[in-house]
Amino acid sequence: MAIQAPPQPPGAPSAPGAPGRPARSRRPAQPARAFWILLAAPGILWLAILFIVPFYAVLAIGEGKLNRLYESPVAVYNPLDWSSANLSNVMHDLFGAGAFAGPIAVRTVIYVVAASLLCLIIGYPAAYFVSRFAGRRKGLFLVLLIAPFWISYMMRMLAWIDLLQTNGYVNRALLDLHLIGTPVNWLGGHSFTVILGLVYGYIPYLILVLFAGLDRIDPALIEAGRDLGLGRARTFLRVTLPLSRQPILTAMLITVLPMVGDYFTNQLLSGAPSTSMIGNLIEGQLGTPGLEGQGAILSLLVLLILLVPMIYYVVATHRASQEAS
Amino acid sequence: MSSATATPVAASPATATDGSPKIRGWRNPWRRPWFLETFTWLYLVWSLVPIAIAVLFSFNKGKSQATFQGLSMRWYYTDPVNSVWHNPQLHSAVFVTLKLSAYTTLIAVPIGVAFALGINRWHGKIPLSFNFVMILSFVVPELIFGVAMFFVFTQLFSGVGLGTLAEILGLVTWNVSWPAIIVQARLVTIGRQYEEASADLGCTQLQTMRRVMLPLLTPAIFASAILVFSGVIDDFVIVDLLSSNATNTPMSVIIYSTQHGGNGGPALNALATIMLVMSFIVAGAGFLGYRWMTRGQRIDGRQALATIAGAES
Repeated sequence: MAIQAPPQPPGAPSAPGAPGRPARSRRPAQPARAFWILLAAPGILWLAILFIVPFYAVLAIGEGKLNRLYESPVAVYNPLDWSSANLSNVMHDLFGAGAFAGPIAVRTVIYVVAASLLCLIIGYPAAYFVSRFAGRRKGLFLVLLIAPFWISYMMRMLAWIDLLQTNGYVNRALLDLHLIGTPVNWLGGHSFTVILGLVYGYIPYLILVLFAGLDRIDPALIEAGRDLGLGRARTFLRVTLPLSRQPILTAMLITVLPMVGDYFTNQLLSGAPSTSMIGNLIEGQLGTPGLEGQGAILSLLVLLILLVPMIYYVVATHRASQEAS
Repeated sequence: MSSATATPVAASPATATDGSPKIRGWRNPWRRPWFLETFTWLYLVWSLVPIAIAVLFSFNKGKSQATFQGLSMRWYYTDPVNSVWHNPQLHSAVFVTLKLSAYTTLIAVPIGVAFALGINRWHGKIPLSFNFVMILSFVVPELIFGVAMFFVFTQLFSGVGLGTLAEILGLVTWNVSWPAIIVQARLVTIGRQYEEASADLGCTQLQTMRRVMLPLLTPAIFASAILVFSGVIDDFVIVDLLSSNATNTPMSVIIYSTQHGGNGGPALNALATIMLVMSFIVAGAGFLGYRWMTRGQRIDGRQALATIAGAES
């Protein structure tokens, strides 16, 4: 919708939807279907072999056996022969007595919820301002908002590693302002630092998606709210906020989904086991003899939980593209 | 669309405040949103100043990542051991990144574009379900996808093993959704008229594709190529899980593993700055190229910018 079609030839119906419809029925029957199948085939094969098959392989390894001699996983592709040894191990780690994975899972949820809500609280006003009030400076603001999108995640983490060193600028500024008495070891395993890092790392994606959605809200609707006598706050609550529900949901999903699989932010900004997330657990089990099968099961469990929001996202974008056409 | 409607909004404050001086302050609906503007500026400072400082530290004379001791090119090439130029690991990482980006773009974009065209026109259950799979591949957390890739290349297709080939196969799968999504969105806005006209004038399907559809789709294809290329420069998880040794470890992974291993220093900032410059060059070239390809169309700079960043699909 936002990408505009080239200028229409004179006389052509301006809206591709309504009046031009009858032309479609004149389309030659189906000589051409093979052509489209041929075009789609490489992509379909690629996705089948390198996206669908791999997930089945993960399942086969997770439900498979362990080679006792080499401590390496043995994939079992026949579901009838599956063993649940890995699954019960993972369940034991998560919920059993002395479970070490349970607290990690809980911490992951807390970090992700806190960080994504902070992203929204910081990101919404900025995206809202730029989409609605930036006026002639919209281009400038957009460049500045999009810039972090082009800056690699590692660079953005390095930036905070530099600032948060014990003798770094953050501590020096806080000392100068007499807010702290002694330098704080920010990088020594604080949840606060990790959440800040997650917010800093993922907020550009949220803002970008949010901006794209808010920018499409017709200003006439908001002006209508004003004309009908609503104040600034009530116009926002009654008109703008309901209209931005969909962009907020998509933007949150775009932020939350990768955050759940994050294992590098906390490693760089804390490194302490007390800030481990579920991603660290999975990543640590890859390549560790004897634990790979459990890593496979754990990643599938995470996928299973995230499948609902993922499918919601797919359906929502599909609906949006249908409305656009 | 947004550009056309922005002007009346911007024009309204003058008429409104001039006409009715009674509504001032909070009650005035056309009041300038000072709070939001300040907030946005503070956000931008918070988001960009740390990066600027990190870039500055890449030119640090001393070894510290926390104290600035004067400008030098030490960590780029002067230092005989630890500079990006002289440290073989850092040096090769630059070229590994460029190689992976180039190969991934060259493979993923044609496959994705053909997929988008085929899926969009071939109606039925199979294309519908594979379109669903494609969008799933777009939203699945990268770690989960990376784990699947890791297992498939170490267990099922163990002939591939870890390394450059595994990285390219994984990155193509991960990025094929960009061209597929962007081209499909563009196909929707183009509509069917041009194809039908071309068919009425006696073109075969192949001719229509080559002479009509591909030229119309060129900006979208170009934008997706830019997104894939810069996406691979910044990619971390897939290459982290699929790289095996120094000859196939790109910049992002070197930065992570060195910093995490406790050997951080301004040389990493220098490497990250090189990544940053690469990304900005790609983005700049993408923006200018997109503007040039869409010249004569009603597409303003903001739309071009958003498209290049993947926000308009």
